[in-house]
Amino acid sequence: MNAPQKPVPSPDPATREYWEAAARSELRLPKCTTCGKPHFYPRPACPYCGGTKFDWPLASGGGTIYSFTIVQRAPSPAFEAEVPYVVAIIALDEGPHLMSNVVGVDPKTVRIGQRVKVQFREAAEGVRVPVFAPA
Amino acid sequence: MHKAAIAGIGESRVGKVPDRSALQLQSDAAFAALADSGLALRDVDAVFTTPVRVEHWNMPAGVVATFLGVRPNYLSTVDVAGASGCSMIDQAVAAVESGRCEVALCVAGQNLLSNRSRSQAVQSMAERGSAHPQFEVPYGPLIPSLYALIAQRHMHEYGTTPEQLAEVAVAIRKHAGLNPNAHKREPITVQDVLSSKEITTPLHILDCAIVSDGAAAAIVTRADRARDLKKPPVYLLGSGYGLRHGHVGDAECLTTTGAEDAGRTAFRKAGLKPSDVDVAQIYDCFTITVIVELEDLGFCPKGEGGRFVEGGRIALGGELPITTHGGLLSGGHPGLGGGFFHVLEAVRQLRGEAGARQVAGANVALAHGNGGVVSVHCTLLLGNQNAAGAKR
Repeated sequence: MNAPQKPVPSPDPATREYWEAAARSELRLPKCTTCGKPHFYPRPACPYCGGTKFDWPLASGGGTIYSFTIVQRAPSPAFEAEVPYVVAIIALDEGPHLMSNVVGVDPKTVRIGQRVKVQFREAAEGVRVPVFAPA
Repeated sequence: MHKAAIAGIGESRVGKVPDRSALQLQSDAAFAALADSGLALRDVDAVFTTPVRVEHWNMPAGVVATFLGVRPNYLSTVDVAGASGCSMIDQAVAAVESGRCEVALCVAGQNLLSNRSRSQAVQSMAERGSAHPQFEVPYGPLIPSLYALIAQRHMHEYGTTPEQLAEVAVAIRKHAGLNPNAHKREPITVQDVLSSKEITTPLHILDCAIVSDGAAAAIVTRADRARDLKKPPVYLLGSGYGLRHGHVGDAECLTTTGAEDAGRTAFRKAGLKPSDVDVAQIYDCFTITVIVELEDLGFCPKGEGGRFVEGGRIALGGELPITTHGGLLSGGHPGLGGGFFHVLEAVRQLRGEAGARQVAGANVALAHGNGGVVSVHCTLLLGNQNAAGAKR
């Protein structure tokens, strides 16, 4: 019997660069070449100016916990072994927010405003997802 | 003068209804709404519905129309998630006013509770619900977790407490107790909410909507025709929409939502302000949703929502009774159709038909729905013939 597998992201043309970078343990965000602002989630047009060309610079990997919740009931069997775990919104130092897990920490000690740093979790062969641990 | 009006409303049995399919529940509600209006199925020339989760319906409005034997001049499947009930009425009024149809049946609902197990429902909603499939689902949030993130931030910024969240559940359960067709009717206390299982900090199971079987329907027709029917017409005085984010993960702000835009537009179109509202049917998928919406719709300043709901202010007999049928927290939540019951309750209040939960002299009612994760919003301001905006 195989253990139930967690959902794995399926990249699309707008997100392929993000997931290819993550597979190399790099956090890269789309940055509009017109207005210079980074955004997340990746999409075909810059949400600030409508620009359609982006660079993908390496992010610092640092951020602050904007909000979090301790999940105490698994959404599916694949997550049952990890309960309780932390789902958080991270405000990246570059500005954009993203959802992730806060790992390597007692969930009860997690606080809004806490500094965190990116690391990568292997989700499937050749697929890594960014997660965060206290800095 | 208004050119369209809500002329009939009806509900199926709500709660655990294992003997009815989604289409049967919808047809039960449709026939109840027709009987309420005095119109017959052969009068219906337009159908509005929403997709269902329990089955795949190719072209849902067409599926419902053919099941009922309607040959429509106009049909539309509306999906703005939890805002769909409010939006169906808005779109049906627009279709009647523009002459595309004369008698529109709006209907939504399904056997969401009886169709599958609770675990299957939780997993299906988590993986194919409001969370982003690439950027959120891999991290394992429950649907309630997405709202918990909002609640935690609201508590952090404004000092909102779990007790204040619980006050919302208690008031709405009290209202459900006065609604014979509500799913969960036994009274609860703040302590009951706080000692129920915490599933995703800070939300307890009693902070979350229930899962139900059920369907709701309404008939919208020309105002001149509605005036000659069985029940007093209810008019749409103003409506508005808002959308500021798709997912909580990419929202720039978690504590202010597109409900601000939806409410502002609806009040401007109606020529009304929040203090003119006699009863507010606020969308209540989670207790925190109610607090944020009361702020965004202008019933209290941003950050004051927690204090606003204290002391019975939002319960019947209070300053602003909300969600008087019992809402999604207690009345019933059959998926996309859930927010439609709020519209039906607004109509009942404006007709003076709400029985033990009647708000005396209710002439203006607000109904608000939101979908996604407080993403897309639709606000309706509804009035009877005595409402200030109705005579314009």
